Amino acid sequence: MNSVPYFEVLKLAAPETIVVLAALVVLAVDLLVMRAEPVRYRLAVGAAFTCLGCLAAVFWMFNIDQHGNAMQGMLVVDPLTRLVKQALLVLTVFTAVISLESNFTEHVGEYFALVLLATVGMMFMISSEDILMIFVSLELTSLSLYILAAFAKQSLNSAEAALKYFLFGSMAAAFTLFGLSLLYGLSGATNLSQIAAALKGQALDPLLVAALVMTVIGFGFKVAAVPFHLWAPDAYQGAPTPSAAFIASGSKLASFFLFAKVMMLGFAGAEGSGSWGSLVPGWVPVLAVLAAFSMVLGNLTAIVQSNVKRLLAYSAVAHAGYALLGVLAGNQQGISSLLYYVVTYALTTLGAFGVVAVVENATGDARLTDFAGLGRRAPLVSFCMMIFMLSLAGIPPLAGFFGKFYLFATAVGSTAQSLGLVWLITLAIAMSAVSLYYYLQVLKQIYVVEAPVDAQMIRAPLPSKIALSLLALAVVVLGCAPNLLVGKLVAAIKIAGL
Amino acid sequence: MLAWTVYISFLGVAVLMLLDPAHKRAARMIGLVTALVGFVIALAGTLQYQAGSGVLTICRVPWIPSLGIAYHLAADGISLTLVILTGIAAVAGILFSWNVEHRVKEFFAFYLALIGGVYGVFLSFDLLLLFVFYELAIIPKYFLIAIWGSTNKEYGAMKLALYSFVGSAMVLIGLVAAFVVAGANTMSLFELAKYPFPESFQYWAFPLVFVGFAVLAGLWPFHTWAPTGHVAAPTAASMLLAGVVMKLGAYGALRVAMTLFPLGLKAWQNEVGLLAVIGIIYGAMVALVQKDFKFVIGYSSVSHMGFVLLGLVTLNEIGLSGAVLQMFSHGIIAGLLFGVVGRMVYDRTHTRELAVLQGMSLSSAIPFAAVTFAIASVASMGLPGFSGFVAELQVLIGAWHAFPTLAVLAGFGILVGVAYTLRALQQAFFSEHVPAVEPRTHPLEAISIPERFGAVILIGTSLLIGLYPRLLLDLIVPSFSSPLFEGLRKGGLF
Repeated sequence: MNSVPYFEVLKLAAPETIVVLAALVVLAVDLLVMRAEPVRYRLAVGAAFTCLGCLAAVFWMFNIDQHGNAMQGMLVVDPLTRLVKQALLVLTVFTAVISLESNFTEHVGEYFALVLLATVGMMFMISSEDILMIFVSLELTSLSLYILAAFAKQSLNSAEAALKYFLFGSMAAAFTLFGLSLLYGLSGATNLSQIAAALKGQALDPLLVAALVMTVIGFGFKVAAVPFHLWAPDAYQGAPTPSAAFIASGSKLASFFLFAKVMMLGFAGAEGSGSWGSLVPGWVPVLAVLAAFSMVLGNLTAIVQSNVKRLLAYSAVAHAGYALLGVLAGNQQGISSLLYYVVTYALTTLGAFGVVAVVENATGDARLTDFAGLGRRAPLVSFCMMIFMLSLAGIPPLAGFFGKFYLFATAVGSTAQSLGLVWLITLAIAMSAVSLYYYLQVLKQIYVVEAPVDAQMIRAPLPSKIALSLLALAVVVLGCAPNLLVGKLVAAIKIAGL
Repeated sequence: MLAWTVYISFLGVAVLMLLDPAHKRAARMIGLVTALVGFVIALAGTLQYQAGSGVLTICRVPWIPSLGIAYHLAADGISLTLVILTGIAAVAGILFSWNVEHRVKEFFAFYLALIGGVYGVFLSFDLLLLFVFYELAIIPKYFLIAIWGSTNKEYGAMKLALYSFVGSAMVLIGLVAAFVVAGANTMSLFELAKYPFPESFQYWAFPLVFVGFAVLAGLWPFHTWAPTGHVAAPTAASMLLAGVVMKLGAYGALRVAMTLFPLGLKAWQNEVGLLAVIGIIYGAMVALVQKDFKFVIGYSSVSHMGFVLLGLVTLNEIGLSGAVLQMFSHGIIAGLLFGVVGRMVYDRTHTRELAVLQGMSLSSAIPFAAVTFAIASVASMGLPGFSGFVAELQVLIGAWHAFPTLAVLAGFGILVGVAYTLRALQQAFFSEHVPAVEPRTHPLEAISIPERFGAVILIGTSLLIGLYPRLLLDLIVPSFSSPLFEGLRKGGLF
């Protein structure tokens, strides 16, 4: 470890480097050249550079087949992390496109630069298997996201959202750091696999339990699992819609992947068992309880929401509960089902926020009643929203359905002998039946309720229309042909050997 | 070729979606042509099928190889019977909704999407695929009722959607558990039907999956969505709901729950039989006191579907084939009844209160409706010559072998059935009651050509099957000797 092979690291981190460069370019172009131009124009240029940077990174990863593990897990590049990073960058591109019509800020350059920096943080989250690096990348992501949530400077709600997000987040970060430091103290290593190797064979001593619980708290906050979800509804509602969309999609994907990795690699051997009637302490029962509470509370609270962004927030809590099942399964299939679920969920929820952004621009708010008669006022956007809502509810043949099926089958399959996790799956399926109610409430406003008399056609901008259609198409295609993604995931996971 | 029944329906949806909303006539024509083509394909496929040749695979390609899931469409005599029913019901439903004026193209788009899903369920032999089509049918139902319905439509629509979804959630739990327990990494109905699931597992998995499906078949006490949903639905949707959607539930119970978990079935046979008979009698009794014409038919559906469920658990060949025949027969007759009540009477008089209808002397105002309803009543009561008679007779004979007491009780249900049908017929059309209101100044609009066609198709089918039941029985009966029902036969169940 004496000499750091900088060139090797730079080569492995090329995609991240590209995105950082893009962030700097966006900032420079906007601040130096475009200062005097109208905001709309600056937004277009900023978004264009953002997309360009992300797509360049995607193509780099497509074309240059690099594998490697720099400095003992500080930066791991294998087909799996590459695939997840590509998915993440695609989400960033769509986020940039739905930001195009926003009118909440004049600081266009800073906005896109922060989006890109958050993306870089997430890319490192995906790539690292070392607790130091994990913490640094978590903080890079979080700090960028706090600012993004506060970006609508004129709006009190945005400030409140950001403050809540920040306070909860920094508390969670403190827990994570404490947990990770205990882990280092116990094992003397910072690499996840080495930690697990050092702890192997030991009984579950109180210190390890403390480390485990604190780490779970930190990640529970990131993925908005009950009872660490309290920030989510306010942050989603108050933050500017594109920021909320990014928090709900890209950040979820990276956090879940990292969460699963930390649990499966770092706490290997401390699984325990979450089977009904035969609980064994470990991280599986802890996550099982979090998942159960998230599904129940998220779904039941979503029923009474009258604001679509809040509704999406509680639905996000519920979906975090489902996704935890994939972590729980704790095997290769589990990772594959988790990633399929989270990727498709992120695409869907990003689309839903995109539609909310369109409605918000036209009506000024995102209450359920603002969607009344949308089917008439914006047919294409409404149709996309129908696909997103039905996919979130888990109606086949959309991606949300297959995602749930895959997760459930995998989670039950991980305890095939005793069917110990059937209780959790039963709860999950029952709760997803509940969720249909509130998703149908949104669709009822759109298609059944008539528009107000003075309502006019809503003209969504062309880029938004294209982005939403592409997202809806992706949800349909991934649902009808899940193998497109599952096949790649399974192959990549095999090579990565998680 | 039969697979095209599914594709053509969704093709119709796609074409309708691209259509200009102003072209109402074109939308209707596209709907009708699609349904007709679907029906012709169903018929041609059935004629090609040689009775007794077992399960005929139409198309089988790997779909999600890592989970062993295949896109497997196939058909046996039972599926074919129901596919033809779907074809007829679809055409008749469109003929009876020719007068829809509000958001026409969307109406037919949702309608065809529902039909496509239904065809898909009847033709799927991979469990995940079957489930996909099964759930696909929920959403169009919701919109058809919530947008175009009447009387408490949003409540009825949501209730129906949630009941269906909860039912399918139960099914999904059972399927996931079966998939994992079998451990063969396959969802093929054939493979799983061969797998001997442990008895303790079947004991809880069977009721879960059976009831999950039977919710949609109107199993008492999970039937409450049916009357409200039927009443709230627009005519065509209630024709489809009673005509084919309730059959989805019964079909799923037979195709999935019973073939996969024969031992579980044996354990729960009496309980399910009892619930079915309670449904028969309860539905009939409640129908007897309804004030709303459509509620009478709604509850009669619960009662008649009780016969299907009773036939299924008799577990002898005559009872089982009677159950399938009753699915077909009730699909036709209920469609006809709802067509008369919803389209011919309600759309013209704008009331369904039997007390109000009494004063309208409808038998002279719209004689065609009166005659049609009289024929439909006769068929519904189970008089010889109509399909209902053959079907319910077989179920009763089967039930007599399996559980005589229940058979007697079910026979009592038929008697009550006669009573409520005659009551509704008499009050709605042939009342001697002197009109209290002043005579109508506007004569009722005459029965239109599409309605006449629709009614004739349905009456003709019921008569044809009533007079020559072998047309369908020759398809249905040999199907029970296919390897799918091996588990049931091996258990000595029939």
